[in-house]
Amino acid sequence: MPTVATSAPAGKPERTRIIACGAIARETIAVLAQSGMSHVDLTCLPAKLHLYPEKIPGEIEREILEARAEGIERIFVGYADCGTGGLLDAVCEKYGVERIAGPHCYSFFLGNAEFEALGDATMTSFFLTDFLARQFDAFVTRPLGLDRHPELRDAYFGNYEKLVFLAQTDDDELDARARAAADFLGLAYERVRTSYGDLTAAIGALK
Amino acid sequence: MVPLVLALCESAGKPVGVKRFCVSGILNGRDGGRKDLGTMSDEEEIILSELNDEELVLQMHDDLYDGLKEEIEEGTNILLERGWTPYDVLTKALVEGMRIVGIDFRDGILFVPEVLLAANAMKAGMAILRPLLVETGAPKLGSMVIGTVKGDIHDIGKNLVGMMMEGAGFDVIDLGINTDVDKYLAALEEHKPDILGMSALLTTTMPYMKVVIDTLIAQGKRDDYIVLVGGAPLNEEFGKAVGADAYCRDAAVAVETAKNLIARKHNQLGARATTA
Repeated sequence: MPTVATSAPAGKPERTRIIACGAIARETIAVLAQSGMSHVDLTCLPAKLHLYPEKIPGEIEREILEARAEGIERIFVGYADCGTGGLLDAVCEKYGVERIAGPHCYSFFLGNAEFEALGDATMTSFFLTDFLARQFDAFVTRPLGLDRHPELRDAYFGNYEKLVFLAQTDDDELDARARAAADFLGLAYERVRTSYGDLTAAIGALK
Repeated sequence: MVPLVLALCESAGKPVGVKRFCVSGILNGRDGGRKDLGTMSDEEEIILSELNDEELVLQMHDDLYDGLKEEIEEGTNILLERGWTPYDVLTKALVEGMRIVGIDFRDGILFVPEVLLAANAMKAGMAILRPLLVETGAPKLGSMVIGTVKGDIHDIGKNLVGMMMEGAGFDVIDLGINTDVDKYLAALEEHKPDILGMSALLTTTMPYMKVVIDTLIAQGKRDDYIVLVGGAPLNEEFGKAVGADAYCRDAAVAVETAKNLIARKHNQLGARATTA
């Protein structure tokens, strides 16, 4: 896996590794850059792991062991529960590492407290982030077979009412892409500018 | 609310079956000729009505596999015109065809989009058969109330289970999506089914199954029903933890489990009756 920005001069805070989902790589790098933390490096797992959430805990464990073998003790997992149903937490607990709080990135980008307060109101919303707006075809259209069988759209999305684009940045092109995705899925469109939400504080705590 | 893709398998790159292929390929090929799907290059137009019964049923299995709705409707009507009972058409052509689809789904050969297309084709055949089955009668195995739990709107798996249970001879009462405990309990009271089925796609909604089961326990009604649970993020351990009778990993397993548990229940009742 690609690892970036590895430099921790002596006397600085303890060398730290973030093992994150590829779907939040840009955002994690942006937050790291804002906070100027040079003792933290980042390793990302492929975002496609989300297609097989049951594989996430094992892959994270492998990365933790790799980091420890490199002598890095302080590790932060850049995943929420992400459909693992507590199994990722079991791995984190086993190795004494923390992860980003929350059930998924939609929640921590919006802010976990705010997302939770919305309760069942989010049930009929299909969420996109900057990453998913950019990768809509690779992560939604094609895996669901909608490129080959557009007639299946309502079987998947018939119970949804709107597509909510949780925008981490102001980017007209992504806005247009997300709007086009909503049209394609036959859903109303809403854009919410979230910035990096709880990710900023979670990474900031690694100072 | 959360990514659909979370629960679905990757399907890109899978060879897509040709629309029609020579029936001799089906009859000669192993595995019902399904391995030939991607490689047959010269398609031959098949007239379904010209096939004998055996060939037609095999062709319908392949048409179901390819999700060809109109062909399934046509095949269903042809078999009925030839004097087949609706029950035989249902079990030998449609249910058997979906059984094959289910096996290849489990083995990772087919993916959710293909299963959905096959299910749509089967649904079209069942729409023809349903009124006829009511008229002619068919063996009934029991009844089931099924619904997706509160907070969850995902119904693909639940719909598949409902359809396969109906095909297997169960009366299915479908409560739809976002079903709260009161709605489940009211339906159980009204329909007195043998089985309660609950489905969830999200790790955030699946714990609600325990709310429903705990309420049944509190009201002393838990043992009145066989409780089956299913959904992509669930597993055996979760099923046990919430107090279900079984976790079912897919629709085919749900049907088999339902049949086994119903048989066991009848045996227990029979044993109790003889020892009483």
